[in-house]
Amino acid sequence: MEELSLHILDIVQNSVAAKAELIEVEIVEDIEADTLTITITDNGCGMSEEMVKKVVDPFTTGRKTRRVGLGIPLFKLAAELTGGDFEIESELGKGTRILARFGHSHIDRQPLGDIASTMHQLIVMNENTDFLYVHKVNGNEFKLDTREVKEILGGVSLAEYEVMVWLLEYLKENEDSLYKTVGKE
Amino acid sequence: MKSLAELQEIRNRTIGNLTMRKEEDDAVRVVVGMATCGIAAGARPVMSAFVEEIAKRNLANVTVAQTGCIGVCRLEPIVEVTLPGQDKVTYVKMSPEKVARVVAEHIVNKQVVTEYTIGAAE
Repeated sequence: MEELSLHILDIVQNSVAAKAELIEVEIVEDIEADTLTITITDNGCGMSEEMVKKVVDPFTTGRKTRRVGLGIPLFKLAAELTGGDFEIESELGKGTRILARFGHSHIDRQPLGDIASTMHQLIVMNENTDFLYVHKVNGNEFKLDTREVKEILGGVSLAEYEVMVWLLEYLKENEDSLYKTVGKE
Repeated sequence: MKSLAELQEIRNRTIGNLTMRKEEDDAVRVVVGMATCGIAAGARPVMSAFVEEIAKRNLANVTVAQTGCIGVCRLEPIVEVTLPGQDKVTYVKMSPEKVARVVAEHIVNKQVVTEYTIGAAE
């Protein structure tokens, strides 16, 4: 993985597989504290205590097509390489929360990358799942709640091409403006 | 700057001519492998390229979906294209550039791009 946004795309697939109805993705960049924190919270089926302990091991997977599962170990490693840390907590029937904290200015921190495309794909490809996306950069905040979007759409599918194109532009513009205002300060 | 108000306009415009592409028999199905292996190999730009090409050409009968690991991680990004009434075609080591050709030649003109298929790679 070359971008943190690719890790997010990957890790959220676990939440989708866990049949979550709501998935929250929060990215907080705090330049002063020199941290970048990614939190992914879902209300999916959750995992047993035993499974939680095992998922950070690359030789654990829920799938049958191969014997390794690298999503979570790679994400954890990416955080630890930057002097950060990684937490995972889960409860059967309640959901799972994953937190990865990165050293913002650390030379080994991967760039966040194209987070707009990541969120766009997650939202459009999983229409029956709701997403709450929050990205904070110092004092600036961009928030997208698909429940709000779906209410406006009133039955029109997110997969309608015109809607898809609009959503990608909307995400990109808001992501860009998060950083622009920071520069001006 | 795009706003949610604009989305309301799009909604009002689109609701009238809803294309029921979902359940139709003549639907073309594109499936992109989006597990860790696929994502690490570049599946996200491949998926974006499909969505873009299809929107650009206004191909209403094509659905793009994602799936997990297909089982041949070394050949990712993998894309499966199924034309109505035909066998599935598996394309391997895909890139956005290759996507443009697959859409033009296979999805629009019904000619499989043989050199990109798993059969040609193995």
